[in-house]
Parts: sequence; structure tokens; C-alpha cells
Amino acid sequence: MSVLVDKNTKLIVQGITGKEGSFHASGCKSYGTNVTGGVTPGKEGQSVDGIPVFNTVKRAVESTGANATMIFVPPPFAADAIYEAVEAGIDLVICITEGIPVFDMVKIKNYIKDKPSRLIGPNCPGVITPGQAKIGIMPGHIHIPGPVGVVSRSGTLTYEVVGQLTSLGIGQSTCVGIGGDPVNGTNFIDVLELFNADPQTEAICMIGEIGGSAEEDAAAYIRENVKKPVVGFIAGQTAPPGRRMGHAGAIISGGKGTAEEKMRIMSECGVTVCQSPADLGATIKTVMNG
Amino acid sequence: MKIHEFQAKEILSEFGVPTPAGRIASDILSVKTIVDELGLPVVVKAQIHAGGRGQGGGVKVTRTLEETRSAFKSILGMQLVTHQTGPEGTRVDTILIEEGMNIARELYIGIVMDREKSRACFMVSEEGGMEIEEVAEKNPEKIMKEWIDPALGMMPAQARKLVFFLNLPPEAMKEATRFLMNLYKAFEARDCSLAEINPLVITNDNRVLALDCKMNFDDNALFRQKSVSEFRDLNEEEELEIEASKYDLNYIKLDGNIGCMVNGAGLAMATMDIIKLSGGEPANFLDVGGGASEEQIENAFRIILADENVKGIFINIFGGILRCDRLANGVVNAARKINVQAPVVIRMEGTNVEEGKRILGASGFNFIVAEGMRDGAEKVVQAVKSAEDWGISGG
Repeated sequence: MSVLVDKNTKLIVQGITGKEGSFHASGCKSYGTNVTGGVTPGKEGQSVDGIPVFNTVKRAVESTGANATMIFVPPPFAADAIYEAVEAGIDLVICITEGIPVFDMVKIKNYIKDKPSRLIGPNCPGVITPGQAKIGIMPGHIHIPGPVGVVSRSGTLTYEVVGQLTSLGIGQSTCVGIGGDPVNGTNFIDVLELFNADPQTEAICMIGEIGGSAEEDAAAYIRENVKKPVVGFIAGQTAPPGRRMGHAGAIISGGKGTAEEKMRIMSECGVTVCQSPADLGATIKTVMNG
Repeated sequence: MKIHEFQAKEILSEFGVPTPAGRIASDILSVKTIVDELGLPVVVKAQIHAGGRGQGGGVKVTRTLEETRSAFKSILGMQLVTHQTGPEGTRVDTILIEEGMNIARELYIGIVMDREKSRACFMVSEEGGMEIEEVAEKNPEKIMKEWIDPALGMMPAQARKLVFFLNLPPEAMKEATRFLMNLYKAFEARDCSLAEINPLVITNDNRVLALDCKMNFDDNALFRQKSVSEFRDLNEEEELEIEASKYDLNYIKLDGNIGCMVNGAGLAMATMDIIKLSGGEPANFLDVGGGASEEQIENAFRIILADENVKGIFINIFGGILRCDRLANGVVNAARKINVQAPVVIRMEGTNVEEGKRILGASGFNFIVAEGMRDGAEKVVQAVKSAEDWGISGG
């Protein structure tokens, strides 16, 4: 078992003829993901690394039976791409694009709330179930299958944790990047719920960062609902207030959203919080043995 | 992105939100022309991005031309210190002169993007002129909030509800409702992340006006907000941060002495954190992006080293897909071009990591290769300490 994606996932790539889109479509394909098609309006009939290109998501779905999409469409058009995927009935919409206007995401989030589709991202590395399917831009080879579910707002920091786990011989059930934007689709709680219900996942690693209150909300959820051990880290303990630290969502505003506060609340709710990002792997090992 | 009060008021006027009559005074000669036009009294207001200008002496009410001239002279060019500027303050380069008002009441009106609810939140309070965070903390019942449905936009019934909460005189209600509706239109149309009118004033003759206005914008939306982008004031920004933005580098200057070069925002923050935990102080946040190309690394070196405080550099790249031999060559070539003297600790992960280490070792530079984040942080802190002990400076 795993969550969100597995070897049966049929993927299409929106924006497949672009530089990023084509590179990562091939990357996912060579990892073993079933990449069935791609979408770029006006380029139907072409192919990228043997993957057929369609004009619309609907046509791609009809021809390939795809149930997941990975979006690389540039920011001004990304909200439209998400809409098109949801409209075409895709179950899992993973948006990698960074830099989408907040108002676009507000509208999309409002639109998607009554739809069956699940949105991951935007501004995220994607989702990987090691050994089964990779939908995203993460380096596949650092992952191994195993019992730890990883959920994170960050990209490379997730790789860091996965690297630590793998070097300790601890594999991952699924790694989910929920993205660094202030308004995103799937949040920590959604993924915690999935990991909690997944029999393969024995422990959960949650990587947050400064800004907003998603980690605090997740901590309250963990206290009430999650019986599996959760290890957490918050990036940005040294970040100055009022400055956007790279990610659009990583900003301490009005004294709210500090790492200190998040770590305190997570600890109170039973999460094993690491002060140092270098301790995550070893701490997960300890809680799993305990 | 932030803009000045007078720029925000231009946007308000464009959307039919009333503001006091005012002009930018470019020099001492223009003060008389403006006073003649507006009549006395007037308010002389320093235009800097930081809040709290009044307490810092950047806002003065004047009743004669002489007073106005002397207020203008004392404020222009001053280092205005407020609770938001830091101790060194911000130099005042622009001054707004506005008509004085007979104020009956001061109220608070603000719209923010509420990330948890994923919609814009309209907030009003009778406690005008106060910091809204303080009101929220001490008297939350004195704030009313309305969340705006993204599909509907702001509905007049919501505006009326907020206006009733403010206990306005019946004569001002209609105008106040229109004020709120138009403010929301501006907020959405210009991709604001914050639009705050503090205070909104009701005059003795029941006019409703934005006495002050603060607007922040979603950086991600600037591509479609050309008129807003033109309001960018480079004088308000850190020189090195402007330089970094030219090369798509995400750089934020901090107060420490260890420069950081990292790929990815989360890892960059975590790298700062681990430097601190290892007993050092980060000099900056710097995300070189996913590619970390030679050109990016070269520019990153230049910008990090332009900060005189920097005594050592920690490069932390979790490449994964990135090839470490390429990365190492990039670092060596960039270091050669820039002639980097400060100790550089490099931690890298990715394909061909052994070849990458060989290249760094054979480069002739005193690169220190680290295994993992903690090792890297400890090594750079140590290197900076011993450099300081020997009196070797960076650069």
C-alpha cells in the first residue's frame, strides 16, 4: 500500500513540450511511472520521448484513460491548466508550477471544493511512491520503499530528509510535497489522514516552515486522530519577520507564523520536533524503534 | 511588493475611493503653490514604506505657510526611525502635503488575503489609528470580519453589515458602503495582498475619506500589474537584494558573517537554522534555484561577498538530479573569476559526487568538503572562527 500514487497510476503531463515538462516527463517515465500522454494546445500529433501529445486534457483522458496529471504550464496559464484537468475529471492534479498569482489560486480552490479531483501544490516537487511511481521533479534514486510517510512544504529539504532516511536503510511509503504557496490544494491534514489510514505507513515525517498556521492546525489534528509516531521540523527558525523567504508562503507577518510557536504547539500535540534538520532521519529511526 | 501612501492613494482614486486632496512637494518652492491650492491647515507627510511615521516625527500638521515650509525642510532628507525601520531608520526622499481635515471619528478598514480560509478577509473596527494586531489581541470583539466569496466578489449586503457595525451616522452610511465596495474592487483588480485604511475618517460634515493607506501586492501577480510594478521604489530596498533579483536569485541580507548558498527555499532556511545551531550566524538567505548553473553560482558568490561582514561561505546543494561534477566545475570556475579568498565549505549531494569532490580538491582553492549538513555547518563555523583568530578577513 501507499497513498495517492502507485504502479496503476496513469499519468499525463500538461505543458509536456516545454523545457521543464519534457525533461521531467522523461524522468518520470524512466523511473517507471506509466506516462500515457501529454497536453500542449496546438501540438496534437507530436510526441515527446515516445509520449503522445494531445490538444486538450479531455482528449488525452479519452485516449489514454489517464487518472493523474502533472502540470508544468507557466504561471499566467497554470490556473487555467488546473481548471482544465479538473473539468476533464482527472482524480489527481499535481501542479509543479511556481509563481501562480494568489487570486488565481483562491478562485481555483473555491471552484475545486465541490469536485472529486484532488489538487497537490502548486509550487511543489510532486508525489513519489518509491519503487512504484514518481510524479514530480524529485530525484527518484534517493528513495527506497518502506514504512515512513513524508509530507512537506519544501522541495530540496524533503530530499534532504529522504536522503537521511535512505542512508539509514529506512524506506518511504509515499513522499508528498504540498508546496510553498500560501494558498494550495491539499494541506498537511489531508495527507496525515491518508498516512494514518495507510497500513504500509508506520511513522510520519512532517516538514513545515514559517508562515501561516497550517502546521498548528495539523498538530491539533495529530493530537486527536493520529496514533502513528510523527516527527516534525520547521524551517526558518532564524528567519527575520516580515520577509518572504523564497517561498511565497514563508513569511512571518504580524508576529504570527514563527518557527518557535509552531514547534511549541507541535510538541504539545505529541509530535517529536527536531531542532536541527540534520537529526530528522535518526529521530525517525528512534521513534520507530521505541 | 510594497508602495508608498501617495501611490496607494492614486490607486484608491482610480477606483473611486475618496482621499484628501494632496500633492507631492518636490522642492521648497512648490510648498507655497500647494498650500495656496489646498488652503490651511495642511498635513506634511514623509513617504517611506515603513509604518509608524507619525510617532517618529514624519507627519506634521501645520497652520501657516512658514510652519509648512519648516516642516518640509525638517522632514525631507531626515533618517526617519519607526518601530518598523530598524534603528538606522529610512531616509525620506518624498513628501506628501495634504489638506487638513475636521475629523469627527477615526475608524479602521482593512482587507487581507486569509491563507487559511483561502479567501480575502474584510476587517473593520471603530478603533481607528491603532495597530489592528493589538486590537485583535486585546479586544477581538471590536473587530468584525467578512470573508469574500471568490466567485461572487464582495456583495453590497456584506458592505452594509460592516458599515452598521461601525455605528456611523445615517448621513455617512451610503458613502461608507460605496467606499468599502470600491476598496474591494481595487484590492482584487490590483492583486493586493493587503489594503489597509488606518484611519478612515468621518469628517464633521460626514465625508468619508481614506486618511492613510497602505497597500501590499502579490509578487506573483506583478506580471499582469504593470502600473503597480512602476511604483517600485528601489531606494526602499537593500542594494544587494536588488542586484540579486536581476539574476533570479532569492537573496535576503541578514546580520551574521557566514554567507549561505543553497538550492531551494526550505533547505536554504534550514541551512541558516543549522548554522545558528552550530554556533554561527548566517549572513544571508540565498536560494540559487533548482539548476544551480555556473552563472548562478558566480553571481551568488559576487553578491554574498559584496557583504563586508561575510567571513566564510557555506554552499549546501542537494542536487539529486543535478550532477555534482558539473556543480563542482561551476564552483571552481566561479571562484576563480571572482577570486574568492574566504573559506568555502561545500556540501553536495547528487550524481557523480566522488568526481565532484576530486575536482574541488584539485582546484587549488581552500575548499572544505563536508559530509552532510551538520558537518558542513560545523566546518564553516570553525573555519570562520579560526580565520578570525588569525586576523584574516574575508572577501
